[in-house]
Amino acid sequence: MSRSAHRGRAFSLDAVAGNGLINRRALLGQGIALAGAAGISGATGAAAEPLDDEPWSLAFGETTPALQTPSRFEKDVVRALSNPKSEFRTSHARTPHQLLNGAITPNALHFTINHCGIPDIDPAQHKLVIHGLVRRPLEFTLDTLSRYPLVTRTHFLECAGNSGAMFSNEPVQAPAGLLHGLASCAEWTGVPLAVLLDEAGIDPAAKWLVAEGGDAQHLQRSVPVKKAYDDAMIALYQNGERLMPGNGYPMRLVLPGYQGNMNVKFLRRIKVIDQPAYTYFESTNYSQILPGGRTWRFNFVMQVKSFITAPSFGQQLKEPGFHAISGIAYSGTGRIAKVMVSADGGKSWGEAALQGPVSPQAFTRFVMPWRWDGQPAVLMSRAWDESGAAQPLRAEFVAQRGQTRAPVKSPLAFPNQHYNSITAWGVDAKGEIKHVYG
Amino acid sequence: MSTARSLAALLVVLGAGAALAESPNLGRSIPEADIKGWDITILPDGSGLPAGQGTPADGAKIYAEKCVACHGEGGIGGPGGRALVGGPPLTDGIETRKTIKNYFAYPTTIFDQIRRAMPFNAPKSLNDNEVYALTAYLLSINKLIGEADVMDAKTLPQVRMPNRDNFTLPYPDRI
Repeated sequence: MSRSAHRGRAFSLDAVAGNGLINRRALLGQGIALAGAAGISGATGAAAEPLDDEPWSLAFGETTPALQTPSRFEKDVVRALSNPKSEFRTSHARTPHQLLNGAITPNALHFTINHCGIPDIDPAQHKLVIHGLVRRPLEFTLDTLSRYPLVTRTHFLECAGNSGAMFSNEPVQAPAGLLHGLASCAEWTGVPLAVLLDEAGIDPAAKWLVAEGGDAQHLQRSVPVKKAYDDAMIALYQNGERLMPGNGYPMRLVLPGYQGNMNVKFLRRIKVIDQPAYTYFESTNYSQILPGGRTWRFNFVMQVKSFITAPSFGQQLKEPGFHAISGIAYSGTGRIAKVMVSADGGKSWGEAALQGPVSPQAFTRFVMPWRWDGQPAVLMSRAWDESGAAQPLRAEFVAQRGQTRAPVKSPLAFPNQHYNSITAWGVDAKGEIKHVYG
Repeated sequence: MSTARSLAALLVVLGAGAALAESPNLGRSIPEADIKGWDITILPDGSGLPAGQGTPADGAKIYAEKCVACHGEGGIGGPGGRALVGGPPLTDGIETRKTIKNYFAYPTTIFDQIRRAMPFNAPKSLNDNEVYALTAYLLSINKLIGEADVMDAKTLPQVRMPNRDNFTLPYPDRI
């Protein structure tokens, strides 16, 4: 407590909602005075040991490598695989959100779904053509596109099937990265698609284009020309380096806020057309069945969403006292405006601090100070975006979108798509955390 | 549009005095004829369908040779491939398995996907007659065409899919 006392401007324990949530102002650098927390000491109370030199501080270390990789002590920070034995089928890798922080996903941990493996594309041979309803069909190479004035923007990508197991009528027990790991966020650098469409001389009457990849299934999706002119980009770089192979090397479409599958990877062809193509993926996986049997098509937008990554399933609170609740919020319809957190299963809510910069269609990290009293608690987060869209409570969401009849058995299942309701983590008196529905 | 507009504005400034906004224009002209090998998109009205034809009987033979390993006997589905026949009504629940019969809006999607992506281990290895034949076979086992119906560029787009009008647009203003 002495450090906060030194600063002289420490907030006293300032509850903003039930079950120990503390005013986020406590995070603004003024320190936290746990004056009211007498009897639930934050530290273990055991005296520290006298310090001695560790062996690594007395030996010459390893020579600096050309490409650095994480510490060997971080070997468990890897993506969860859907097809670890490399069987002849789709393979997914999920971002381990419960082991990460900040708002940018490291490239090696960015989620990816490959329906027919990752193509081994020689960037010098790769071509992109733009044709169809244009005055002049054009062919580009990676070299020529790299000469354009590039733009850089931070955007999340989310698979439409992310959090699919949350459609289960009973909560599936799995860590945040298995439930929500088909969403990641990166800084993308590339050429605005509108510039290239203008150069090709797009027919003003054209309403759609179809984007196609150079992978073995030549994956294609129909995209409204409106989106192309709004904010679409042909990305050449991911967090400053060339795209990862699984994320579309050497170039991909980025459609901020739109379902991941539309952000076509290994992009090699854009055809401007007068009607949607009803491609396989927009005809099946990436449209949705609604309760009662009606169906949605061209459901582009990944709606406002948030989830707590710490503390979360699989982690354990080792002792009562101060804990920072931390998580991710994002929306396909703009910047995150507000995240509210509850520690009492939604009975009361306090506003979390947002870590800037808060960018549109990008992950925003939120943090909420919390004093756990050692009793059961249910942690939830709920986000709003600048358009006014609110993340729906589970009851609201299920009323509109439904849930399964039988419990979903695997967190890897996709009973439906576009789940954006809240996630609740139940903390028991031992500090163990389970997935609950509030 | 902001980024595209600001880039366009930047290019105007750089063009200093040019009557029209200049763009890098680094693309190389390529005639549509040279794109033909890649241009395999089929639209629901039949645009893009190639010459050729096939029957369910022709398709059954190709299916037994090249598709059955993943998709199972008669299209019932297998370990690697989804079921291609039947399908429960969508009123069964939001997790109902989507199939050609209970879900697809247009028959052209079947032709397009087989031609671009199948067989899984050898995409684009089938000729157009074979793709028509397999499409005919799948439509036939789903009772969407007769067992002797010939599928070609004219007949295929006319096949009506049961779920065609059961879709709504959540974002009509974004199109």
